[in-house]
Amino acid sequence: MSGARLLGLAGLVALALVPLLPLGPAQEYIWHVIIQIFLWSFVGNAWSLMGRFGLVSLGHGAFLGMGAYATVLLWNFYGMTPWAGAGLAILITVAFALVVAYPCSRFQVVGHYFGLVTLAVGEVIRLLIVAERDWTGGSLGVTLTTGGTASDWWTLQFADKRVFYYVGLAAWLFGLWVWWRVDRSMARSAMEAIGEDETAAASVGIRVARFKMAITALSAGLTALGGALLALYLAYANPDSLAGIGVSLRIVFAVVLGGMYALLGPFVGTALTIALSEYLRIYFGIKLIGIAETIYGLLLIVFIIFLPAGIYGSIAQAVRRRLTRPSGGLPARA
Amino acid sequence: MLDPIFILEAVVNGILLGGILALLALGLNLIFGVIDIVWIAYVDLVTLCMYGVYFLVSLYGWPLWLAGLAGIGIGALLGVLVHLLIITPILASPPINQLLATGGLLFFIQSAATLLWSTDHRSLRVSLPTLEVGGIFISFTRLLAFGLAILAMVALYLFLTRTYTGTAIRAVSQDREAIALMGARPQRLYLVTSAVGGAMAGVAGALLIIQYAVHPYFGGAFGPLTFMICVLGGLGNMVGAFAAAFIMAQVISVGGVLVSTEMGYVIAFVIFIVLMFVRPGGIFARRA
Repeated sequence: MSGARLLGLAGLVALALVPLLPLGPAQEYIWHVIIQIFLWSFVGNAWSLMGRFGLVSLGHGAFLGMGAYATVLLWNFYGMTPWAGAGLAILITVAFALVVAYPCSRFQVVGHYFGLVTLAVGEVIRLLIVAERDWTGGSLGVTLTTGGTASDWWTLQFADKRVFYYVGLAAWLFGLWVWWRVDRSMARSAMEAIGEDETAAASVGIRVARFKMAITALSAGLTALGGALLALYLAYANPDSLAGIGVSLRIVFAVVLGGMYALLGPFVGTALTIALSEYLRIYFGIKLIGIAETIYGLLLIVFIIFLPAGIYGSIAQAVRRRLTRPSGGLPARA
Repeated sequence: MLDPIFILEAVVNGILLGGILALLALGLNLIFGVIDIVWIAYVDLVTLCMYGVYFLVSLYGWPLWLAGLAGIGIGALLGVLVHLLIITPILASPPINQLLATGGLLFFIQSAATLLWSTDHRSLRVSLPTLEVGGIFISFTRLLAFGLAILAMVALYLFLTRTYTGTAIRAVSQDREAIALMGARPQRLYLVTSAVGGAMAGVAGALLIIQYAVHPYFGGAFGPLTFMICVLGGLGNMVGAFAAAFIMAQVISVGGVLVSTEMGYVIAFVIFIVLMFVRPGGIFARRA
């Protein structure tokens, strides 16, 4: 597998060098698109930590929104630096996720029901943000009031987009590392067994509730971090763009498109959806509003029907099959 | 302090809202109970039917009653199409994939409607007089919609209990394997169920367009609520869904007047979440 590792390293170096390349007048825009891809891939990765084990949450918008709003509001009202604010936001979100996750695993809310409960949780958070409009700005959203200070590490606001480029890159790599650690751990086998059959898993001594709560806390915490970073990068949070069903479904969709069982699946899916929507936005301008989502929706249906493992997932499977079974012979041992 | 008359009015409005919600929930629950698939996009089919009725009346000048009947036909057709094109290929897939595929349909319908008809709010402005009963104002349009919704539900009940096909449909929801052994074809019954469920969406669409303005994200307001009502009533349990619709409508309507519109929904959703934990089979399920 050293070939693949070399390829990965080359790709990483290329990504690290992008901000240093002379990209002409469009460079700010290109950085902006790549930063968005990094941050949303990170969120997608966080979601897939639960999704791949059958805990398909349709409420990750809640965690994302809590991370984003807590960070912004703590700065706006208490002047708390995002370093501490984001940390606190993550703690609040994890605590909230555990409050939801405990009864879910205690009362065995799985499958459809888990999806619907998390959907309701997501809506509750979005509606609360809209209802508490006195301090959250309601459906108009809230702006990070940094008082116009251009660049500093205290408020994590930078005039130069390249700083956030590296922040996004670092976040994304961190997400991949967490995913990889989970993939290599005992927890993965335990969670897969739980996903297959909870009762059977419990009967062989797997602590079902403990594993579920742990993976939920991890996923929610990372999602909150993603929300905080997105809010800091955009210096703005809105209940529709960073919370609610729409966002939850968008996260799920990007991951499913790429492949939720593969390391780079969320990245491939997110990159494709963002690239597609940016392309259509530039190509059609404001003439055909909604065309990007129309195509998303169609693609999602087609993918679920024909390629449920996702684009990257299917390619990875095919490659693995080629590697483990050389031409014509018996299956070789890798 | 609120005048009690406002609360009374909220209760009456809640009952009227409950009629529509019950209609939506029964249509979705029928499909849910028989085919065992959640159509996340069910209420978006209602949106399409609303657009259908709207354009038939405003563009082609059809009389409202005829356009309404056509809306029911549109709904049935959409139900059949969704079943044949999307549901049939994934009948054997894991439930999550089925949920996501209809989620894709939701995205598709909402954005295609934006693309085709923009985000304008379109209403038919049916102006019927407002009734005043003991100081409470009741919209006659809503009352009419409520009556027709009840009528549609009675028709569905009679179809399911008095006809051969209806009996077969109820049998499928009770035992999927046994029905094939009894000589009925589940595939054909699924198709009929999808058509009937779609037709119910059409009825709801026709009744909603005379009360509310339609826009591409109309389903967003009623969609999540409709599932929650189905689940609360118990999947496939028609009587349960009917009762749950009225309970949720009361919570939203009265909560909306007492606190705020958003908080009304928040309370309803929180009740849903808590009930899912304590009574996962629905409020009317007997505990196993």
